[in-house]
Amino acid sequence: MVVLRDIVITGLLLGGILALVSVGFSLQYGVARVLNVSHGEFIMLGAFITFWLFTSVDLNPLVSLVVTAPLIFVIGWFLHATLFRRLMNTAPALGVFEGWSMLASFGLLYVVQNLARIIWGSQTHQVIFLNRAVTGAQIPLNRLVALGVCVVVGVVFYLFLTRTRLGKAIRASAQDPTVAGMMGVNINSVLAICFGLGLAMAGIAGSLISTVYAIQTSMGLQYTVIAMIVVILGGLGSITGAMIGGVVLGIVSQLVTHFQPTMTFIAYYVIIIILLLARPKGIMGK
Amino acid sequence: MGKFALTKNRIVSLAILVVILVFLALLPTITKGYLVTLVADMMRYAVLTVAWVVFCAPTGYLSLATAAFYGLGFYVAAVFNGPLPFAVVIIIAGVVAFIVALLIGLLTLRLRGVYFTIFTFAVVLLVNNVVLEVERLVTGTRGRFVETETAQTAFYAMLVVLIATLLTAVLIRRSRYGLALQSIGEYEEAAAHSGINVVMTKVLVFATTSVFMGMAGAIIATRRTYIDPGIAFNMTTSFLPVLMAMFGGMGNLVGPVIGAAVFTYIGETLLTRFPDLYMLIFGVVLILAILFMPAGILGLGQQLWRKVKGGRRAPA
Amino acid sequence: MHLLEGKGVTKYFGGLAAVSGVDFYVDKGEILGLIGPNGAGKTTLFNAISAALKPTRGKIFFKGRDITPLPAYRICRLGIARTFQTVKIFPHVPVIRNVMVGALFGTGHRLSAREALKKAEEVLEFVDLTDYKDVPAGDLTLANQKRLEVARALATDPELLLLDELMAGLTPTEVAEASGDIQQLRQRGITIIMIEHVMQAIMSVSDRIIVLDYGKKIAEGTPQEVAANEKVIEVYLGEECDVAS
Repeated sequence: MVVLRDIVITGLLLGGILALVSVGFSLQYGVARVLNVSHGEFIMLGAFITFWLFTSVDLNPLVSLVVTAPLIFVIGWFLHATLFRRLMNTAPALGVFEGWSMLASFGLLYVVQNLARIIWGSQTHQVIFLNRAVTGAQIPLNRLVALGVCVVVGVVFYLFLTRTRLGKAIRASAQDPTVAGMMGVNINSVLAICFGLGLAMAGIAGSLISTVYAIQTSMGLQYTVIAMIVVILGGLGSITGAMIGGVVLGIVSQLVTHFQPTMTFIAYYVIIIILLLARPKGIMGK
Repeated sequence: MGKFALTKNRIVSLAILVVILVFLALLPTITKGYLVTLVADMMRYAVLTVAWVVFCAPTGYLSLATAAFYGLGFYVAAVFNGPLPFAVVIIIAGVVAFIVALLIGLLTLRLRGVYFTIFTFAVVLLVNNVVLEVERLVTGTRGRFVETETAQTAFYAMLVVLIATLLTAVLIRRSRYGLALQSIGEYEEAAAHSGINVVMTKVLVFATTSVFMGMAGAIIATRRTYIDPGIAFNMTTSFLPVLMAMFGGMGNLVGPVIGAAVFTYIGETLLTRFPDLYMLIFGVVLILAILFMPAGILGLGQQLWRKVKGGRRAPA
Repeated sequence: MHLLEGKGVTKYFGGLAAVSGVDFYVDKGEILGLIGPNGAGKTTLFNAISAALKPTRGKIFFKGRDITPLPAYRICRLGIARTFQTVKIFPHVPVIRNVMVGALFGTGHRLSAREALKKAEEVLEFVDLTDYKDVPAGDLTLANQKRLEVARALATDPELLLLDELMAGLTPTEVAEASGDIQQLRQRGITIIMIEHVMQAIMSVSDRIIVLDYGKKIAEGTPQEVAANEKVIEVYLGEECDVAS
């Protein structure tokens, strides 16, 4: 029972991070219609900026969030305002834009990953931070902190979406961009902000991951795939679905890891296949 | 419909085709060097791209599973080449790819749009992980050695597979299944209510085109001595055909072949000139290419042509 | 034996019954009209017959055979063709190829490409679209797109044709033409079930009418009987004059 409890707890902790990763991914597709294959690369970027600040100026990883999140947001905003907006304006149809933007993001994957490899090399690193167990349970403090940050980000984002004018504009655009445009929403600016926010979440997740797991410049793709699996589970564009999916996958991952770590990914797959057969549009899909 | 009428255009293009084929068939006897490898590589991507186009272009289902079938070909070659003749190995690779594609197809082709794309993307990593796990349990090692073939043998094998791919592509596009695929792409529901067995058509064509991807993999594997899942199931193999098809244009089969040749050449040149920065530059080229000529090399011309043709038509 | 017979056909969406316990039949050579206010379940009933969706309960028989479990393409090949409320043609495919889809796949026996082409040309002639046969279907006017849809359905050699609001959005002249076309279809031996909001047209064309409201059958009979039915008048309160005309 103790084992099971620990599995559930560590699963929840991992689930928090996965949820954050997936909400960001889902936001990019749900609103900006970019199936961002390079999402994981920005997780890697967040992780390495944190690592770099930690080793060079001894900056607390939590404090470094203040640097990584805005920085990666700006990168995302800029990418959308230049690259993806241009594609959107030239594409004859939405489906074509989705294809192009996915290919462009694949190019980004190459660029970001290889720039990082040139700067930081391809060896494994880790940020040693709060790596001590909390009394009573075998849960390292850094994981609890990571979960705490995820929850805070999640709540803030939820409040942002529901309470602010911009948040409402985002939700309107996700529902129907044309109508939102007619209602006076500056659609281009909303899309760029959404893309930036999505990447910023990846960056935050990356910072947190660097305090918990070993990091390499090649780590990105695996997280992109996890994000994809989560949004298949949760339904693309559904923020709630992404959150639930992330947590579910986190727990499953820990459960499988406990018995056979190499089977984790296969287990993810078995789950989506079962779910796809039962509900082809995801848990929360309409 | 004038299906068999030999128009002037048709004669010219047939003649060009014959010249190209003769040139390709003679190439390894003229030169033994780098050119043979380069052209074999172009043919490999031509196979992958044409096979991809046959299913994905008319239906609009964007598959990223190419690397899965291609990588399975690698493993078939690693296991069977040597004990079995090369030709048999290539056929087995095709059969394995067909069966796996059938399974994937039955599972995923009820998904539409982007869900299908995501699923096929992840399927590559699934196959990768399953192979890794099987290797861990069965051989306890990560990689395998492959019985190699000469550059010349691989070249001719690829040429044969390319011709088979093109023939199949022409046959499918000309047949009733070509029309069925296009109808499915335009309006799946209406296609079903007009008597098309939508699921079977999609799954069968998807699996048939995957055969050639597996075969190409088996041939290329014999030009390497060592493979592991990371090499065999490289995501890039899934994306490149999409890119090449987009830039070549998907309206006919010449476009994808040209796209494949051009991009293989760019890739090879980058790789030899800047081995360290190759991947970085390739990414930049990819982004720039999409930004500045998204309609593709031939696509641009085709669009203009369509406009000219459309202009002459009386509005209905 | 009726050509088509539905017994207790019921379809729930979530907790709501779109169609509930509807019994219906149509005999060979008949023209059956299906009317009712918006959301009465008319299109849902069509979808159930053509297997666009599976009924929650109930069975549908075609020439005595239970076709409820069959997929859409099999229903089509058995001889039930349909059109859609919102036109569903293949917009980038030339008109003639649109029709050939029906001839090649929908007839239940295998036609060669040549036979299919011949059949498609013949059907296009019937709906008067021969002039447009090489035009991409998406370039046609709405009225012509609807004709094309009928042509595609006819190319499958149907015994039963389901027409979903064929006349909606057409001008009065086009409505009159369409009514004439439907009569001609019957002369070809095709049985028809049609959903229509254009009352005058459906009253004049149909042999028998079924009225649906909130998913239930509230009346059935000849156009005259239905027009005099009190429940129907109640449902169509605002359109009472319309029904009577």
